[in-house]
Amino acid sequence: MDATGLELVAQRVRDAVADDAVVGTGYQRGQATLDVAPPRVHEVLRYLRDADEQPFGFLASLHGCDYLPSEPRLGVHYQLLSMERRDRLGVRTRVTVEEPHLPSVTDLFPTANFQEREAYDFFGVVFDGHPDPRRILMPEDYVGHPQRRDFPMGGEPVLFTFNEHKFPRWYE
Amino acid sequence: MEVTRTKVAGSKEEFRAKQLSAQQMLRGDLDGMELDEYVEKRLLLTKLDEAQSWARKNAIWPLGFGLACCAIEMITVIGSPRNDLSRFGAEVIRFSPRQADLLILSGRVSIKMAPIIRRLYDQMLEPKWVISMGACASSAGMFNNYALVAGADKFLPVDVYVPGCPPRPEALMYGILKLQDKITREPELGWRERYRAEGTEEVGDLPLSSQARPDAESSHQGAGPDAPRG
Amino acid sequence: MSDYREREKSISIGTIEQEPVSGTRLEPGAGVDAGEERGEAELLTINLGPHHPATHGVLRLLCTLEGETVRTIDPIIGYVHTGIEKSCEDQEYWKAITFVERMDYLSYYFNAYAYCSAVETLLDEEVPPRAQYLRVIHMELNRIASHLFWLGTGALDIGAITMLWWALRERDLILDLFEMSSGQRFHTRYFQVGGVMEDIPPGFEGKVREFLSQMPSRVDQYEALLDRNEIWLQRTQNTGIVPLEQLLGLGVTGPLLRAAGKPWDLRKAMPYCSYEDFDFKIPVGTVGDNYDRYRVRMAEIRESVGIVQQALDGLPEGPYITGNRKVALPPRHELATSMEALIHHFKLVTEGFRVPPGEAYVAVESPRGELGCFIVADGSAKPARVHMRDPSFVNLQALKHMGEGSVIADFIACLAMLDPILGGIDR
Repeated sequence: MDATGLELVAQRVRDAVADDAVVGTGYQRGQATLDVAPPRVHEVLRYLRDADEQPFGFLASLHGCDYLPSEPRLGVHYQLLSMERRDRLGVRTRVTVEEPHLPSVTDLFPTANFQEREAYDFFGVVFDGHPDPRRILMPEDYVGHPQRRDFPMGGEPVLFTFNEHKFPRWYE
Repeated sequence: MEVTRTKVAGSKEEFRAKQLSAQQMLRGDLDGMELDEYVEKRLLLTKLDEAQSWARKNAIWPLGFGLACCAIEMITVIGSPRNDLSRFGAEVIRFSPRQADLLILSGRVSIKMAPIIRRLYDQMLEPKWVISMGACASSAGMFNNYALVAGADKFLPVDVYVPGCPPRPEALMYGILKLQDKITREPELGWRERYRAEGTEEVGDLPLSSQARPDAESSHQGAGPDAPRG
Repeated sequence: MSDYREREKSISIGTIEQEPVSGTRLEPGAGVDAGEERGEAELLTINLGPHHPATHGVLRLLCTLEGETVRTIDPIIGYVHTGIEKSCEDQEYWKAITFVERMDYLSYYFNAYAYCSAVETLLDEEVPPRAQYLRVIHMELNRIASHLFWLGTGALDIGAITMLWWALRERDLILDLFEMSSGQRFHTRYFQVGGVMEDIPPGFEGKVREFLSQMPSRVDQYEALLDRNEIWLQRTQNTGIVPLEQLLGLGVTGPLLRAAGKPWDLRKAMPYCSYEDFDFKIPVGTVGDNYDRYRVRMAEIRESVGIVQQALDGLPEGPYITGNRKVALPPRHELATSMEALIHHFKLVTEGFRVPPGEAYVAVESPRGELGCFIVADGSAKPARVHMRDPSFVNLQALKHMGEGSVIADFIACLAMLDPILGGIDR
């Protein structure tokens, strides 16, 4: 997919779904990205999977990203793959922490099941319509969303001779 | 061809005396003092403890438990024809904690897994030992973050730490040999005596707790299935 | 012909009819509760794992069983979650290679390659041809080692215990080769951004050829033991079949997809790292059952042997890492003479190189499927987000469809042939 192809896809999505669906496009170093508005994600992916003249039938990856300090903070990426044309396309949405709702695409791509749970677990993005919305990798009663940028790294301070008296051991 | 004769230890007369006393023993003719002397000269005397720990160390049964990359090296130690753990008697891997003595913690201990490892450890019967294999089980390793328990010794008593990421199979075998040394040197059973760990009883709702109140003064300091004996 | 032979010929190997056990074979009044007639069975909820010999790591499967038949499966993961992706955000780009390697801990070169390739895409960096061929050699050797370990433990789960000893014997030879080229058996940190860490030592090529000459006969031995083994056939044939459309919907890639009949391999379809120079075939199955998955992986071992042979024969001369000193460390002997080299070295070791802002997703074909690496760079020396799309994580979703409705023994065979690696699933 090259830059002009990407623009054509964006135009077709605008025509087919809605004018405000596509927020922008980005093309750099061979990677094409389509920016989509959060409420329209499901329709855009359905169009790209079924109705487009260059369909993408395989969801290779669904992952989240925290774009702190630029708002809106939480981003979700859908990496689409077309096995027939050997082509990739990335679809990206951004949601805020206050309103982190996105439509779930598990009915279109069943592979999104575990991957949306992971995005919820680590970033707090809530997928409406997901059949099993619970944490997947952290313990079920964990509080917080670890991979956000403002979540502390955790762990223990490394003890050297100059600072070991400052940290009480666990048996003290 | 030259024939050389070397002297057997002791002289001919001593040898003849030994033969005679052996014949008498077989016939049942030795009594009292003579019998005592005979036994003293021939048998290897040892304490029962030493014999027991010799037997224990040469027949360690590891628990089949592997967490992450170190588990692959552990399987290589146990299973590969080149580094073969059955030379040291430890080839029987039992997957049930009730039947195993050694827990080799191979891999990173995450916060979700820690209570399960503790439960497995509690289910093992005395005497039991723990080898913490690799950097991630001994300290947090390179992953000093929210998801790991920084070192299994926060909730388990560890006997031998084997560093490495992952440790070579030879390193793990050296660790197991060191554990065997430790077993010969310190044959007390029960980790609470071995580490002089007073005040480490679990308080809370344990179903088999023999203690009514956690601060009750009693001669049984431990609670639960592995209370120390004696 | 003898009586025995006559009887043998009359036995046909067919599928085992699976019917629910509840009340169908019991006579009325045989001590069975009146409520437990056909159709009203008691389901037993049981935990398979996280500590279990067959779960290939700490995978917990919450199963409901009706007799021997598995009715529902719910995989619960996260028991070895290490927060690698978050840790990478705190490290420089070249330090993060060591973290990323420990995700899928049997195919460490592939993790490192996906990550390095994504960084090279962001930096727009060219990798010299010798480095590409060296990378291919190490990756294919790692593929053989990973498949061998799968074979050993998978056969162990099904009951063929001998395979474990044989597979580990060959794996030790491969790990010796890795130790020769990089100093470590596992997690070798050999791939760096821009090439490989060091050139191969003088005796390496000879040793690899020696290994490659033995390997085909060893694979013949494995196949002679398992291919026509009656017990193996009964356990793996016609079990765990999932239709191809469902597999594609579930996002499954790798040998599982190829066994179901779709010839999708990223090395051939979207070639990377000079794979287009090599001539190899992609094994594809027909039925999509466990036996096909086994056959596909065995054939892949043979193909990998061929690829390493071709790569060694055609290994070009040249630098083993890119010459761009802003990204790759200068060779040690230059540090004594050139001031610039010293400055570059200092800058790279203390701060690391900076990557211009951008995002990249690069996918490679690991032994388990499509391994993708997604990096967001924000212009500093540390990545802002590293995410690995791990094939085992996605393939695990197919376990539900493979296992539900089968007996436990078949389900364990499915799990063995699925080849999950919990380090990759949990990251």
